[in-house]
Amino acid sequence: MIHSLFLINASGDIFLEKHWKSVVSRSVCDYFFEAQERATEPENVPPVIPTPHHYLISVLRHRIYFVAVIQSEVPPLFVIEFLHRVVDTFQDYFGVCTEAAIKDNVVVVYELLEEMLDNGFPLATESNILKELIKPPTILRTMVNTITGSTNVGEQLPTGQLSVVPWRRTGVKYTNNEAYFDVVEEIDAIIDKSGSTITAEIQGVIDACVKLTGMPDLTLSFMNPRLLDDVSFHPCVRFKRWEAERILSFIPPDGNFRLLSYHVSSQNLVAIPVYVKHNITFREGSSQGRFDLTLGPKQTMGKAVESVLVSSQLPRGVLNANLNPSQGAYTFDPVTKLLTWDVGKINPQKLPNLKGTMNLQAGASKPDENPTINIQFKIQQMAISGLKVNRLDMYGEKYKPFKGIKYMTKAGKFQVRT
Amino acid sequence: MSASSAFNEEKMGSSSVGEAEYAYDPVSGKIFSSDYNRHDDLKEMLDSNKDSLKLEAMKRIVAMIARGKNASDLFPAVVKNVACKNIEVKKLVYVYLVRYAEEQQDLALLSISTFQRGLKDPNQLIRASALRVLSSIRVTIIVPIMMLAIKEAASDMSPYVRKTAAHAIPKLYSLDPEQKDQLIEVIEKLLADKTTLVAGSVVMAFEEVCPERIDLIHKNYRKLCNLLIDVEEWGQVVIINMLTRYARTQFLNPNLNESLLEDGGSGDKTFYGSDEDEDDDEKENKEKAEAAALAKRKPYVMDPDHRLLLRNTKPLLQSRNAAVVMAVAQLYFHLAPKAEVGVIAKALVRLLRSHSEVQFVVLQNVATMTIRRRGMFEPYLKSFYIRSTDPTLIKILKLEVLTNLANETNISTILREFQTYIKSMDKDFVAATIQAIGRCATNIGEVRDTCLNGLVQLLSNRDELVVAESVVVIKKLLQMQPEKHSDIIKHMAKLTDNIQVPMARASILWLIGEYCEHVPKIAPDVLRKMAKSFTYEEDIVKLQILNLAAKLYLTNSKQTKLLTQYVLNLAKYDQNYDIRDRARFIRQLIVPTEKSGALSKYAKKLFLALKPAPVLESPFKDRDHFQLGSLSHLLNAKAGGYQELPDWPEAAPDPSVRNVEVKESVPEWTKCSSREKRKEKKVEKPFYSDSEGESGPTESADSETNSASASDSASDSEQSRSSSESEESDEGSESEEEKENKNKKKVVKKAVKESERCRISLLPTITPSGTLKSYELLHRITGEGLSVEYCFGRQPFSPDANMVAVQLQFTNNSTSETKNLHMKDVKLQSGMRVKEFPEIELLPAGDTASAVMGIDFCDSTQAANLQLTSTRKFFVSIQPPVGELMRPVFLTENEFKREQGQLMGMNELTEKLILDAKYRNEHAIVQRVTTAAHLSRVPCGSDNECRFAGRTVTSGSLVLVTVATGEEGVAQLTVNCEKMVIGTMLVKDILLALTQ
Repeated sequence: MIHSLFLINASGDIFLEKHWKSVVSRSVCDYFFEAQERATEPENVPPVIPTPHHYLISVLRHRIYFVAVIQSEVPPLFVIEFLHRVVDTFQDYFGVCTEAAIKDNVVVVYELLEEMLDNGFPLATESNILKELIKPPTILRTMVNTITGSTNVGEQLPTGQLSVVPWRRTGVKYTNNEAYFDVVEEIDAIIDKSGSTITAEIQGVIDACVKLTGMPDLTLSFMNPRLLDDVSFHPCVRFKRWEAERILSFIPPDGNFRLLSYHVSSQNLVAIPVYVKHNITFREGSSQGRFDLTLGPKQTMGKAVESVLVSSQLPRGVLNANLNPSQGAYTFDPVTKLLTWDVGKINPQKLPNLKGTMNLQAGASKPDENPTINIQFKIQQMAISGLKVNRLDMYGEKYKPFKGIKYMTKAGKFQVRT
Repeated sequence: MSASSAFNEEKMGSSSVGEAEYAYDPVSGKIFSSDYNRHDDLKEMLDSNKDSLKLEAMKRIVAMIARGKNASDLFPAVVKNVACKNIEVKKLVYVYLVRYAEEQQDLALLSISTFQRGLKDPNQLIRASALRVLSSIRVTIIVPIMMLAIKEAASDMSPYVRKTAAHAIPKLYSLDPEQKDQLIEVIEKLLADKTTLVAGSVVMAFEEVCPERIDLIHKNYRKLCNLLIDVEEWGQVVIINMLTRYARTQFLNPNLNESLLEDGGSGDKTFYGSDEDEDDDEKENKEKAEAAALAKRKPYVMDPDHRLLLRNTKPLLQSRNAAVVMAVAQLYFHLAPKAEVGVIAKALVRLLRSHSEVQFVVLQNVATMTIRRRGMFEPYLKSFYIRSTDPTLIKILKLEVLTNLANETNISTILREFQTYIKSMDKDFVAATIQAIGRCATNIGEVRDTCLNGLVQLLSNRDELVVAESVVVIKKLLQMQPEKHSDIIKHMAKLTDNIQVPMARASILWLIGEYCEHVPKIAPDVLRKMAKSFTYEEDIVKLQILNLAAKLYLTNSKQTKLLTQYVLNLAKYDQNYDIRDRARFIRQLIVPTEKSGALSKYAKKLFLALKPAPVLESPFKDRDHFQLGSLSHLLNAKAGGYQELPDWPEAAPDPSVRNVEVKESVPEWTKCSSREKRKEKKVEKPFYSDSEGESGPTESADSETNSASASDSASDSEQSRSSSESEESDEGSESEEEKENKNKKKVVKKAVKESERCRISLLPTITPSGTLKSYELLHRITGEGLSVEYCFGRQPFSPDANMVAVQLQFTNNSTSETKNLHMKDVKLQSGMRVKEFPEIELLPAGDTASAVMGIDFCDSTQAANLQLTSTRKFFVSIQPPVGELMRPVFLTENEFKREQGQLMGMNELTEKLILDAKYRNEHAIVQRVTTAAHLSRVPCGSDNECRFAGRTVTSGSLVLVTVATGEEGVAQLTVNCEKMVIGTMLVKDILLALTQ
């Protein structure tokens, strides 16, 4: 299915290639470069590009294009999903997925790709299996390997690949047995000029970090499972049990993994935790515009709104901005016209405000578009939907694990139109 | 701090060795001689005896390959190391070999024998990897060797090796397509495999080699449906896509009746609004169906197999893998009755949260779906609202979906949204929005005027692109009702001075020409201006100028005769031959000469005929003749290797082809004593318990020797857990159809059991968990450091069907090693037989080992006394609980009742008991009974009865157990068994299990 893979960096160099069938010349990427030139923005390169003999399917992550070469019919999502899985694996192994990291670990990358695909068809994509086959590089291990000449490749044969619990290694041992769950909810919203909500929804995930000895069997139950409207599970979760009892029952993979992602039913009204008062105006005939922005908390249930970051793409006519933030710092990039304001924490007693003027090109007419304001924020110890974990139980092992649950609310795609 | 910097230095040091290649490359690449020398030192390193040097060299070579540098001249030096002991070196050599074997065919042959040896290795993983590399070497000479290896591996006892064999099939096929027939045989064999591990890979091979051989699927259809949920995610995608095609050839269209109803006038027109413009052939279908329905008057009944597919794929909508969700969505779209398709909308909308590439593909498919089934996505309208941060590609697709979803009720909301989009900074997106408004205006008559007014306002926009796009759209709208809008036309005529975009200029000229009667004064003036600039215009504008001139000449020849002549003369000498041709044609047609024929009389009719208003259509219309989710659908062009989605058959082909033979299976089953690991199944709950529960993968590897590694058996026992217990959930409210379906599944189940191969396996080194009750055979004190435990693994014991498998675990607690551990049988009761475990040659101190032995207890609970011998002799005895002397059989409810009827009187034992409050539920009862005795559950219609069935291992007599629960925990236990002793003891054991 997948013939070859090319990794291309932001400046258009092919810095890695791997072929699973006959070698495809790297000149096939020329079609990709053509498409890249036509697209104004890097993310506007079409994910699927037909060429006379091949099809190129690409994903863009961390400013690297992963371009897969396909020769015949295959579901495009199949390839895209696989490429993302490759990136996730690299990230898992090297901490970051950058060109430098890939180049530094080119042998591990090659070994990984070799295991992940056989003749173009995915073979082992579970991180737990891969880690058994190829150990992730760590400083200590690199040192030891240099001295002793031992290898990164696991001596053991991967048993996980054969089992029906392919996501969990066997023979896991920890001295401290811990299981941590993070409930992270993101609010996607579009707020219109007058401050009313056009659309708002909550998407959540439960990320887990489970370090437990042996083969534990966990169950996680919620106080209010009805909130969850649409869920998708890690393959370890027993679907039937969820259908019948609304309980998550699973044998967890070892380490970090995403247990569940969910969508909160749209019937529930979404509490919007911040509001924005804005006044951005341009006057006809004047080369100056006024900018005034105030943020304030609303419906936060007493929790502080932190790590607030406001960004806005100002109209092309704006040359520069003289603004005065009441807290935090702002930057304006005159090339991309991107204004960012790092607000920090919102103090309800003294609302953060950014005020000042924008200079327009002399003689240019008043821009007719108004910028959209994107807001990022975090609220700790609260799930905005009100979702609460009831209890976590463990079966199958005798020790008492340490359990922890953390809640957080974040802004997802949170936009205010002006 | 200092320590960490030391680490860093170390890391730097080590990586600099590894990356030296990298760093120096640009320099050395230029100087060819030094390049040559460096390869020499790599060769030297590869020839050395030190693994570390070899590894270093291989790492540098792989880095070269990764950058696309040629390393083929190292082939002889590398290939020598193919048998290297170091695993990493070996793996890297494989990487190299697969990359360059095609170019160095002769040298590559040197490595083949290593892999051939590997194929015979007792370790399954080594066998698999040998096959994997061997089949990846693209050298035609070894085709026969590959063929042989694949055939052998296809009947390997390890499912993992069989999976690899399935992977190797397409490789061989692409190397030598002439092997197709032989390969199909292998595929046929592997399709019959019962393990989830193999299923995905073999279907992939099927799709690549022989997708047209749909007949191979019949017998495996139900099995594939049932296994689906446990197959790994990539396999699921392939299987679902294949089954979609299969279902289209085998089942009837579930929507035929509904469309009949609609024709009868009861259809909901707004919901199925888009159905009005269904293509002709569909109408034809309808008519045919109508005729058929009239003839038969028989309501549509869905084939239970069709239902099975829909039901078993539905849970996969919850998968985390977008490709799986999409595959299920397209399956529902193509196969499900209209009323059920709705379920996929929610899952698809969820995918819109994912990476933009995923969004791109999903939106393309949603756009196609919304044309046919608009109602499905209407509740999710707001999910398609556009954010300024979306990439343009996504914005345009979302716009498409919003336009498709627009109807009378939501149009005002949508238009308000569109208004904000028009102010966007992304001009391509604004242009697309204007077109979208135009489409909404044509589709929904009520808002046409509003839209038109809005668009006219845009004509004064500062951005030329916006204006141009509006002109084009307005032109199309005006065509629908021109008489009302002469002032708009006038306004547009003025714009010709400013607008430079050719398409827009052409559109304006066409409009003026078409409606020149509405603007009699302005039109000639426009022509005058255009005549002036004719030579500078784009071709498309020139053609429209000619057009305008011709029309004006016909309607107002007095004023425009000279102008027209002038324009025609200019066009005569134009560079473009299209324009010259057009000019010649027009001149002949409109200017009367003596030669001009009859046609010029009709010139006015030709030019000024009433043109039908254009239909603004979605580019996604009719895309659904491609299978959704496919590459071909995305590109709207057939990709290589695309398999057409067939139309529904008019009459369903014989459904019995999917039946799996049952008749023979029952007696064979009696002979074969493969035991179900029922106990494990019950205690360890299933992973994805399938609704019926038969889907559990069945262990299948059989081995004649004990060489199967411990890992193998470990995984096997794990496999057995994923299975099911959820029959209860389905009982009760079943429809007729489902029952029928269920019976059929039972057939499948039996067949699965029938061919399930027996096996010996070593005791798993890692027991899944403490669910098997183990007994002590030899205490470490009496055994002088050697302790032995035994348990009944409930696995089938293959060398002798009448034996019970006993798993032994030896632990050497002493400080010295134990040698030659084996067993001698002494003092056996008459009739008892023992199959010893293979001798354990060496058990190091502190180590554990495990083995399996078989004992024929002759259906009695007498202990088997044995002698364990190593350096010393120990006398031990194994006493089986009565529950272990049987193995489960699968009966239907009716069979159970019939058999029970024959075992009345003395053969029936009844006992009353009170159940503890905690354990009154069915689940607890089932668990307890199956833990106490190796029996299987029998489906039962009533809620307060649990039934179990089994046969004794030696004589094969039936054992039937019924637990009927009543009020307040009162329960009645009934055991029917020919062997009264067994029956009595079983009653005691189960009573104990239920009440303790």
